[in-house]
Amino acid sequence: MEPIIKVRNLYKNFGDLEVLKGINLDIAEREVLCIIGPSGSGKSTLLRCLNMLEEITSGEVIVDGNDLTDPRVDINKVRTETGMVFQHFNLFPHMTIIENIMLAPVKVRGLSEGKARQQALELLKKVGLSDKAEVYPDNISGGQKQRVAIARALAMSPKVMLFDEPTSALDPELVGEVLEVMKDLAKEGMTMVVVTHEMGFAREVADRVIFMDEGVIIEEGTPEQIFKNPQNTRTKEFLWKVL
Amino acid sequence: MNYFITHMSAVFPFLVKGAVYTVIITAMSVFFGTVIGLFLGLGRLSKKKFFSIPSSIYVDSIRGTPLLVQILIIYFGIPNLYNMITGDRFTMNVFVAAVLACSINSGAYVAEIFRAGIQSIDKGQMEAARSLGMTHRQAMRYIILPQAFRRIIPPLGNEFIVLLKDTSLLSVIGMEELLMQGQLYISRTYASFPVLLEVALIYLMMTWSISRWVDYMEYKLGVKR
Ligand SMILES: Nc1ncnc2c1ncn2[C@@H]1O[C@H](COP(=O)(O)OP(=O)(O)O)[C@@H](O)[C@H]1O
Ligand SMILES: [Mg+2]
Repeated sequence: MEPIIKVRNLYKNFGDLEVLKGINLDIAEREVLCIIGPSGSGKSTLLRCLNMLEEITSGEVIVDGNDLTDPRVDINKVRTETGMVFQHFNLFPHMTIIENIMLAPVKVRGLSEGKARQQALELLKKVGLSDKAEVYPDNISGGQKQRVAIARALAMSPKVMLFDEPTSALDPELVGEVLEVMKDLAKEGMTMVVVTHEMGFAREVADRVIFMDEGVIIEEGTPEQIFKNPQNTRTKEFLWKVL
Repeated sequence: MNYFITHMSAVFPFLVKGAVYTVIITAMSVFFGTVIGLFLGLGRLSKKKFFSIPSSIYVDSIRGTPLLVQILIIYFGIPNLYNMITGDRFTMNVFVAAVLACSINSGAYVAEIFRAGIQSIDKGQMEAARSLGMTHRQAMRYIILPQAFRRIIPPLGNEFIVLLKDTSLLSVIGMEELLMQGQLYISRTYASFPVLLEVALIYLMMTWSISRWVDYMEYKLGVKR
């Protein structure tokens, strides 16, 4: 089957700084891909190139058949196919939880308020936050915020979900509830790309793990291969440090 | 004491009339200044040089020159320029010149307030909005500007207070606002101290009211979340 995301020879520079140096990657539908690697290796940048939050310097990124570098492609439309969850949640603080979730379906998809509300309530139930619908983001915990952020992204019915270290900003006791929601999503067959330092999650949920360093993919394989039997010395060193 | 009371009450109706002009000019200039300021502020933040460069030139030149000079240019300078170019004469209406000068001036300061307010919103807000498929314009309208407006209220209120006080400069072109009304009375009676004191007190009352109103707005918007 045709991969839902294809990355070909992707380069990304910030001025003189070369951050991604020729990334090639295929992501299949229903696949859960975890990206690991030291800080500064370009993981976030790669993820952000997948929905054009970063401009691509050269190469190709094809999402669901749309070449993102093609100026004729409506980037706003393609972005609705890829939900993104950020390390710092980025909830809209001036809106209640349910308004956060309803906004894009109403304004972007043109859904009626009633339909959007109903859908938002279902999503809140799914992430276990039905009682927080009318609360403002400042009044819930980090774990709850991240679950809302996931619900907000899901409200656009994306084909792929991108997660950029979704639990890194959380107190340790709140990490579990977010990972649970993500595991449920994976079980439902959502295609997921997850940048994470949660090796337990990667081991348990990922179909494939990629180890990145200094802007290149050093090694990739099943969690089994990467965690039990890494081939590259840099992978070994990294895992030795974090495990 | 009697002298005081006599003059303060005699001048009062004139000052009220002047104060009404002061308020009207301030209110209109605040309105136009905010509209100009919003566009200039967005213009300065634009990636397109076509918008950002003219906006910057406007803001820098207005903020870099005295309001008094701007008032004089608009009231005396522009008719002179018109005369130079076309050979015809026209006299600027004082009220129009007053509102024009104050609007143009406050637009530049409001632009900076908007720019700072918008820039103070975390980058992640725009990214989250865009990642949901919103256009830049939608993200501005629903996410960035509503948050920026809250932060802008105190400096904006402050700018309105400054503007209200600065309308006193309009007396140089004969606009019969609060200070001018006082001066007209003084020129007839020489009762400068009681009249100027009363003028000052009326300014104080007006600025005090604005600042209470700003506090109230801040409170109202602050407790909502
Ligand atoms: N907007 C930016 N401007 C300049 N440099 C950036 C920008 N974003 C990231 N970088 C740099 O790119 C490199 C990779 O960053 P990032 O993708 O965030 O790494 P990771 O997510 O793996 O920690 C880092 O050296 C970082 O400083
Ligand atoms: Mg990162």
